Amino acid sequence: MKREILDRLLAAKAAAIPAALVTDLNSGLQTLVFEDTIHGGFGLEPDLLDEVRRRIRQDRSGLLVDPQDEDGFRLFVHVHNPAMRLLIVGAVHIAQALAPVAALTGYDVTVIDPRGAFATEARFPGIKLNHLWPDEALAELKPDVRTAVVTLTHDPKLDDPALIAALRSPAFYVGALGSKRTHALRLDRLRDEGLSEAEVKRIRGPVGLSIGAVTPAEIAISTMGQITCVRRGENHPC
Amino acid sequence: MNDTLMADNIVEQAAAWRAAGRRVALATVVSTWGSSPRPVGSQMAFDDRGSMAGSVSGGCIEGAVAHEAAKTMEDGEPRVLSFGITNEMAWEVGLACGGQVQVYIEAVE
Repeated sequence: MKREILDRLLAAKAAAIPAALVTDLNSGLQTLVFEDTIHGGFGLEPDLLDEVRRRIRQDRSGLLVDPQDEDGFRLFVHVHNPAMRLLIVGAVHIAQALAPVAALTGYDVTVIDPRGAFATEARFPGIKLNHLWPDEALAELKPDVRTAVVTLTHDPKLDDPALIAALRSPAFYVGALGSKRTHALRLDRLRDEGLSEAEVKRIRGPVGLSIGAVTPAEIAISTMGQITCVRRGENHPC
Repeated sequence: MNDTLMADNIVEQAAAWRAAGRRVALATVVSTWGSSPRPVGSQMAFDDRGSMAGSVSGGCIEGAVAHEAAKTMEDGEPRVLSFGITNEMAWEVGLACGGQVQVYIEAVE
Protein backbone atom coordinates (compact mmCIF):
# COMPACT_ATOMS: atom_id res chain seq x y z
CA MET A 1 0.00 0.00 0.00
CA LYS A 2 1.44 3.33 -1.08
CA ARG A 3 2.08 5.91 1.60
CA GLU A 4 -0.24 8.44 -0.02
CA ILE A 5 -3.14 5.97 -0.16
CA LEU A 6 -2.51 4.88 3.42
CA ASP A 7 -2.47 8.48 4.66
CA ARG A 8 -5.68 9.35 2.82
CA LEU A 9 -7.39 6.21 4.14
CA LEU A 10 -6.33 6.91 7.72
CA ALA A 11 -7.50 10.53 7.42
CA ALA A 12 -10.90 9.40 6.08
CA LYS A 13 -11.31 6.88 8.89
CA ALA A 14 -10.32 9.44 11.52
CA ALA A 15 -12.87 11.90 10.10
CA ALA A 16 -15.59 9.19 9.88
CA ILE A 17 -15.87 9.62 6.09
CA PRO A 18 -17.06 6.50 4.21
CA ALA A 19 -14.50 5.19 1.72
CA ALA A 20 -13.61 2.10 -0.28
CA LEU A 21 -10.08 0.95 -1.03
CA VAL A 22 -10.09 -0.81 -4.41
CA THR A 23 -7.15 -3.13 -5.05
CA ASP A 24 -6.23 -4.70 -8.40
CA LEU A 25 -5.16 -8.11 -7.11
CA ASN A 26 -3.06 -8.77 -10.20
CA SER A 27 -0.93 -5.61 -10.12
CA GLY A 28 -1.30 -4.52 -6.49
CA LEU A 29 -2.33 -1.02 -7.64
CA GLN A 30 -4.87 0.72 -5.45
CA THR A 31 -7.45 3.47 -5.76
CA LEU A 32 -9.40 5.09 -2.97
CA VAL A 33 -13.05 5.84 -3.75
CA PHE A 34 -15.17 8.40 -1.87
CA GLU A 35 -18.74 9.47 -2.47
CA ASP A 36 -17.64 12.28 -4.78
CA THR A 37 -13.95 11.82 -5.58
CA ILE A 38 -11.36 9.14 -6.30
CA HIS A 39 -7.59 9.10 -5.72
CA GLY A 40 -4.97 6.61 -6.69
CA GLY A 41 -3.24 4.27 -9.06
CA PHE A 42 -5.96 3.66 -11.65
CA GLY A 43 -9.28 5.01 -12.87
CA LEU A 44 -12.57 3.15 -12.90
CA GLU A 45 -15.18 2.96 -15.64
CA PRO A 46 -18.38 4.80 -14.63
CA ASP A 47 -20.37 1.60 -14.13
CA LEU A 48 -17.65 0.06 -11.92
CA LEU A 49 -17.38 3.28 -9.95
CA ASP A 50 -21.15 3.22 -9.40
CA GLU A 51 -20.88 -0.36 -8.17
CA VAL A 52 -18.08 0.52 -5.74
CA ARG A 53 -20.16 3.38 -4.33
CA ARG A 54 -23.16 1.05 -4.05
CA ARG A 55 -20.93 -1.29 -2.03
CA ILE A 56 -20.02 1.56 0.31
CA ARG A 57 -23.69 2.28 0.94
CA GLN A 58 -24.37 -1.43 1.48
CA ASP A 59 -21.28 -1.81 3.70
CA ARG A 60 -20.33 -4.82 1.59
CA SER A 61 -16.66 -5.58 0.92
CA GLY A 62 -15.80 -8.19 -1.70
CA LEU A 63 -14.42 -9.06 -5.13
CA LEU A 64 -15.62 -7.37 -8.29
CA VAL A 65 -15.12 -9.52 -11.32
CA ASP A 66 -15.61 -8.23 -14.83
CA PRO A 67 -17.26 -11.04 -16.82
CA GLN A 68 -16.13 -9.35 -20.07
CA ASP A 69 -12.48 -9.78 -19.18
CA GLU A 70 -11.11 -13.27 -19.66
CA ASP A 71 -7.67 -12.38 -18.36
CA GLY A 72 -8.88 -12.77 -14.81
CA PHE A 73 -9.17 -9.07 -14.07
CA ARG A 74 -9.97 -8.96 -10.37
CA LEU A 75 -10.67 -6.02 -8.09
CA PHE A 76 -11.14 -6.25 -4.35
CA VAL A 77 -13.35 -3.59 -2.80
CA HIS A 78 -12.67 -3.00 0.90
CA VAL A 79 -15.33 -0.77 2.42
CA HIS A 80 -14.24 1.35 5.37
CA ASN A 81 -17.35 2.85 6.90
CA PRO A 82 -17.42 4.82 10.16
CA ALA A 83 -18.08 2.72 13.25
CA MET A 84 -21.65 1.83 14.14
CA ARG A 85 -22.90 4.06 16.95
CA LEU A 86 -24.62 3.26 20.24
CA LEU A 87 -26.36 6.08 22.10
CA ILE A 88 -27.03 5.11 25.72
CA VAL A 89 -29.54 7.27 27.59
CA GLY A 90 -28.87 7.13 31.33
CA ALA A 91 -25.42 7.08 32.91
CA VAL A 92 -26.55 4.36 35.31
CA HIS A 93 -24.85 1.22 36.64
CA ILE A 94 -25.92 -0.91 33.64
CA ALA A 95 -24.53 1.77 31.31
CA GLN A 96 -21.16 1.36 33.01
CA ALA A 97 -21.18 -2.26 31.82
CA LEU A 98 -22.88 -1.71 28.45
CA ALA A 99 -20.58 1.11 27.30
CA PRO A 100 -17.33 -0.95 27.42
CA VAL A 101 -19.03 -4.07 26.02
CA ALA A 102 -20.32 -2.02 23.07
CA ALA A 103 -16.92 -0.36 22.59
CA LEU A 104 -15.30 -3.80 22.52
CA THR A 105 -17.84 -4.81 19.87
CA GLY A 106 -16.62 -1.91 17.73
CA TYR A 107 -19.35 0.66 18.43
CA ASP A 108 -18.72 4.36 18.86
CA VAL A 109 -20.50 4.87 22.21
CA THR A 110 -22.02 8.05 23.64
CA VAL A 111 -23.64 8.12 27.10
CA ILE A 112 -26.33 10.79 27.44
CA ASP A 113 -27.42 12.06 30.85
CA PRO A 114 -28.10 15.64 31.99
CA ARG A 115 -27.47 14.63 35.60
CA GLY A 116 -23.85 15.67 36.11
CA ALA A 117 -23.34 13.39 39.09
CA PHE A 118 -23.99 10.31 36.93
CA ALA A 119 -22.29 11.10 33.63
CA THR A 120 -18.72 11.55 34.87
CA GLU A 121 -15.39 10.64 33.34
CA ALA A 122 -14.58 8.70 36.51
CA ARG A 123 -17.60 6.43 35.99
CA PHE A 124 -17.13 6.18 32.18
CA PRO A 125 -13.41 6.33 31.44
CA GLY A 126 -12.72 6.95 27.76
CA ILE A 127 -16.43 7.05 26.79
CA LYS A 128 -18.03 10.11 25.15
CA LEU A 129 -20.44 11.88 27.49
CA ASN A 130 -23.28 14.21 26.53
CA HIS A 131 -24.99 16.29 29.22
CA LEU A 132 -27.92 17.61 27.19
CA TRP A 133 -31.50 16.50 27.78
CA PRO A 134 -32.00 13.30 25.78
CA ASP A 135 -34.28 14.80 23.10
CA GLU A 136 -31.82 17.66 22.55
CA ALA A 137 -28.90 15.23 22.53
CA LEU A 138 -30.57 13.04 19.90
CA ALA A 139 -31.41 16.11 17.80
CA GLU A 140 -27.70 16.93 17.90
CA LEU A 141 -26.39 13.39 17.33
CA LYS A 142 -28.93 12.54 14.60
CA PRO A 143 -29.31 8.74 14.83
CA ASP A 144 -29.02 7.13 11.37
CA VAL A 145 -29.40 3.59 9.99
CA ARG A 146 -26.05 2.66 11.61
CA THR A 147 -27.12 3.84 15.07
CA ALA A 148 -28.65 1.96 18.02
CA VAL A 149 -30.37 3.78 20.90
CA VAL A 150 -30.92 2.25 24.34
CA THR A 151 -32.69 3.96 27.25
CA LEU A 152 -31.74 2.86 30.76
CA THR A 153 -32.88 5.54 33.22
CA HIS A 154 -36.30 4.11 34.23
CA ASP A 155 -37.31 7.77 34.53
CA PRO A 156 -40.05 8.73 32.03
CA LYS A 157 -38.87 12.34 32.10
CA LEU A 158 -35.58 11.19 30.53
CA ASP A 159 -36.47 7.96 28.71
CA ASP A 160 -39.67 9.05 26.97
CA PRO A 161 -38.31 12.09 25.08
CA ALA A 162 -35.35 9.96 24.00
CA LEU A 163 -37.60 7.17 22.76
CA ILE A 164 -39.85 9.56 20.85
CA ALA A 165 -36.81 11.07 19.10
CA ALA A 166 -35.29 7.63 18.45
CA LEU A 167 -38.52 6.18 17.01
CA ARG A 168 -38.82 9.12 14.62
CA SER A 169 -35.23 8.53 13.42
CA PRO A 170 -33.92 5.77 11.12
CA ALA A 171 -32.03 4.13 14.05
CA PHE A 172 -31.80 0.38 13.34
CA TYR A 173 -32.35 -0.57 17.00
CA VAL A 174 -34.32 1.08 19.80
CA GLY A 175 -34.33 -0.63 23.19
CA ALA A 176 -35.72 0.35 26.58
CA LEU A 177 -34.87 -1.10 29.98
CA GLY A 178 -37.79 -1.92 32.24
CA SER A 179 -40.03 -4.79 33.32
CA LYS A 180 -42.99 -5.92 31.24
CA ARG A 181 -45.28 -3.86 33.45
CA THR A 182 -43.07 -0.78 33.20
CA HIS A 183 -42.87 -1.28 29.46
CA ALA A 184 -46.66 -1.57 29.05
CA LEU A 185 -47.12 1.70 30.96
CA ARG A 186 -44.42 3.30 28.82
CA LEU A 187 -46.16 2.25 25.60
CA ASP A 188 -49.42 3.78 26.89
CA ARG A 189 -47.66 7.09 27.54
CA LEU A 190 -46.02 7.07 24.11
CA ARG A 191 -49.37 6.36 22.41
CA ASP A 192 -50.80 9.31 24.35
CA GLU A 193 -47.95 11.39 22.91
CA GLY A 194 -49.25 10.54 19.45
CA LEU A 195 -46.90 7.75 18.40
CA SER A 196 -48.44 5.12 16.15
CA GLU A 197 -48.72 1.44 17.01
CA ALA A 198 -46.09 0.65 14.36
CA GLU A 199 -43.72 3.18 15.94
CA VAL A 200 -44.06 1.94 19.53
CA LYS A 201 -43.71 -1.68 18.35
CA ARG A 202 -40.17 -0.85 17.18
CA ILE A 203 -39.04 -0.62 20.82
CA ARG A 204 -37.26 -3.71 22.14
CA GLY A 205 -38.61 -3.93 25.65
CA PRO A 206 -37.86 -5.33 28.10
CA VAL A 207 -34.47 -4.73 26.51
CA GLY A 208 -32.13 -7.58 25.56
CA LEU A 209 -32.21 -11.25 24.64
CA SER A 210 -34.04 -13.48 27.09
CA ILE A 211 -31.09 -15.20 28.80
CA GLY A 212 -32.10 -14.68 32.42
CA ALA A 213 -29.65 -11.79 32.86
CA VAL A 214 -29.53 -10.38 36.41
CA THR A 215 -26.36 -8.35 36.99
CA PRO A 216 -25.45 -5.15 35.09
CA ALA A 217 -22.78 -7.02 33.10
CA GLU A 218 -25.22 -9.80 32.19
CA ILE A 219 -27.86 -7.28 31.10
CA ALA A 220 -25.17 -5.53 29.04
CA ILE A 221 -24.30 -8.82 27.30
CA SER A 222 -27.96 -9.63 26.68
CA THR A 223 -28.52 -6.14 25.22
CA MET A 224 -25.40 -6.24 23.04
CA GLY A 225 -26.44 -9.74 21.93
CA GLN A 226 -29.81 -8.40 20.83
CA ILE A 227 -28.28 -5.42 19.01
CA THR A 228 -25.94 -7.84 17.21
CA CYS A 229 -28.84 -10.13 16.35
CA VAL A 230 -30.88 -7.27 14.87
CA ARG A 231 -27.85 -6.12 12.86
CA ARG A 232 -26.56 -9.49 11.65
CA GLY A 233 -29.02 -12.21 12.43
CA GLU A 234 -31.26 -12.57 9.42
CA ASN A 235 -33.67 -15.42 10.17
CA HIS A 236 -32.76 -15.49 13.85
CA PRO A 237 -35.33 -14.60 16.49
CA CYS A 238 -34.10 -11.58 18.45
CA MET B 1 -8.46 -3.09 26.80
CA ASN B 2 -6.67 -4.37 23.72
CA ASP B 3 -7.39 -1.87 20.94
CA THR B 4 -6.94 -4.41 18.17
CA LEU B 5 -9.95 -6.32 19.47
CA MET B 6 -12.06 -3.40 18.36
CA ALA B 7 -13.39 -3.71 14.86
CA ASP B 8 -11.56 -2.40 11.87
CA ASN B 9 -8.44 -0.69 13.21
CA ILE B 10 -5.75 -2.98 11.85
CA VAL B 11 -4.72 -0.44 9.20
CA GLU B 12 -4.04 2.04 12.01
CA GLN B 13 -1.90 -0.56 13.80
CA ALA B 14 0.03 -1.25 10.58
CA ALA B 15 0.61 2.49 10.07
CA ALA B 16 1.85 2.88 13.65
CA TRP B 17 4.40 0.09 13.22
CA ARG B 18 5.49 1.56 9.89
CA ALA B 19 5.89 5.00 11.49
CA ALA B 20 8.17 3.35 14.06
CA GLY B 21 10.46 2.35 11.21
CA ARG B 22 9.55 -1.33 10.98
CA ARG B 23 8.76 -3.31 7.87
CA VAL B 24 5.05 -4.09 7.77
CA ALA B 25 2.77 -6.40 5.79
CA LEU B 26 -1.01 -6.29 5.76
CA ALA B 27 -3.15 -9.38 5.07
CA THR B 28 -6.82 -9.03 4.06
CA VAL B 29 -9.50 -11.68 3.54
CA VAL B 30 -10.75 -10.96 -0.01
CA SER B 31 -13.11 -13.89 -0.49
CA THR B 32 -14.57 -16.74 1.52
CA TRP B 33 -16.65 -19.78 0.82
CA GLY B 34 -18.37 -22.16 3.21
CA SER B 35 -17.83 -22.02 6.94
CA SER B 36 -14.81 -19.73 7.03
CA PRO B 37 -14.72 -18.06 10.42
CA ARG B 38 -13.77 -14.48 9.54
CA PRO B 39 -15.68 -12.37 7.02
CA VAL B 40 -14.37 -10.66 3.89
CA GLY B 41 -12.45 -7.52 4.87
CA SER B 42 -10.96 -9.04 8.04
CA GLN B 43 -7.35 -7.97 8.38
CA MET B 44 -4.13 -8.92 10.06
CA ALA B 45 -0.96 -6.86 10.31
CA PHE B 46 2.59 -8.15 10.76
CA ASP B 47 5.89 -6.43 11.43
CA ASP B 48 9.47 -7.57 11.04
CA ARG B 49 9.84 -8.19 14.79
CA GLY B 50 7.16 -10.85 14.84
CA SER B 51 4.35 -8.63 16.11
CA MET B 52 0.85 -9.55 14.94
CA ALA B 53 -2.55 -7.86 15.22
CA GLY B 54 -5.97 -9.01 14.06
CA SER B 55 -6.89 -12.29 12.36
CA VAL B 56 -7.89 -13.78 9.02
CA SER B 57 -9.36 -17.05 10.32
CA GLY B 58 -10.15 -18.64 13.63
CA GLY B 59 -6.44 -19.19 14.17
CA CYS B 60 -6.00 -21.97 11.60
CA ILE B 61 -4.05 -20.26 8.83
CA GLU B 62 -2.42 -17.37 10.67
CA GLY B 63 0.88 -19.26 10.85
CA ALA B 64 0.99 -19.84 7.10
CA VAL B 65 -0.06 -16.25 6.41
CA ALA B 66 2.68 -14.96 8.75
CA HIS B 67 5.21 -17.03 6.80
CA GLU B 68 4.11 -15.49 3.47
CA ALA B 69 3.86 -12.02 5.03
CA ALA B 70 7.55 -12.28 5.95
CA LYS B 71 8.33 -12.85 2.25
CA THR B 72 6.29 -9.79 1.28
CA MET B 73 8.12 -7.69 3.89
CA GLU B 74 11.35 -8.92 2.31
CA ASP B 75 10.62 -8.44 -1.41
CA GLY B 76 7.78 -5.89 -1.32
CA GLU B 77 5.66 -8.03 -3.66
CA PRO B 78 1.95 -8.57 -3.03
CA ARG B 79 0.68 -12.15 -2.80
CA VAL B 80 -2.69 -13.89 -3.06
CA LEU B 81 -3.01 -17.05 -0.96
CA SER B 82 -5.81 -19.54 -1.29
CA PHE B 83 -6.73 -21.95 1.46
CA GLY B 84 -9.25 -24.36 0.05
CA ILE B 85 -9.94 -27.06 2.51
CA THR B 86 -11.57 -30.43 2.51
CA ASN B 87 -12.14 -32.36 5.70
CA GLU B 88 -9.48 -34.93 4.81
CA MET B 89 -6.93 -32.22 4.18
CA ALA B 90 -7.86 -30.11 7.15
CA TRP B 91 -5.22 -31.33 9.57
CA GLU B 92 -2.51 -31.39 6.97
CA VAL B 93 -2.77 -27.71 6.01
CA GLY B 94 -3.94 -26.50 9.37
CA LEU B 95 -7.36 -25.11 8.43
CA ALA B 96 -9.35 -27.27 10.80
CA CYS B 97 -12.03 -24.59 10.78
CA GLY B 98 -13.19 -25.70 7.32
CA GLY B 99 -14.34 -23.47 4.48
CA GLN B 100 -12.23 -21.67 1.93
CA VAL B 101 -10.41 -18.41 2.32
CA GLN B 102 -8.49 -16.20 -0.08
CA VAL B 103 -6.05 -13.78 1.52
CA TYR B 104 -4.26 -10.84 -0.11
CA ILE B 105 -0.93 -9.80 1.40
CA GLU B 106 0.69 -6.45 0.64
CA ALA B 107 3.59 -4.45 1.95
CA VAL B 108 2.84 -1.14 3.69
CA GLU B 109 5.15 1.54 2.33
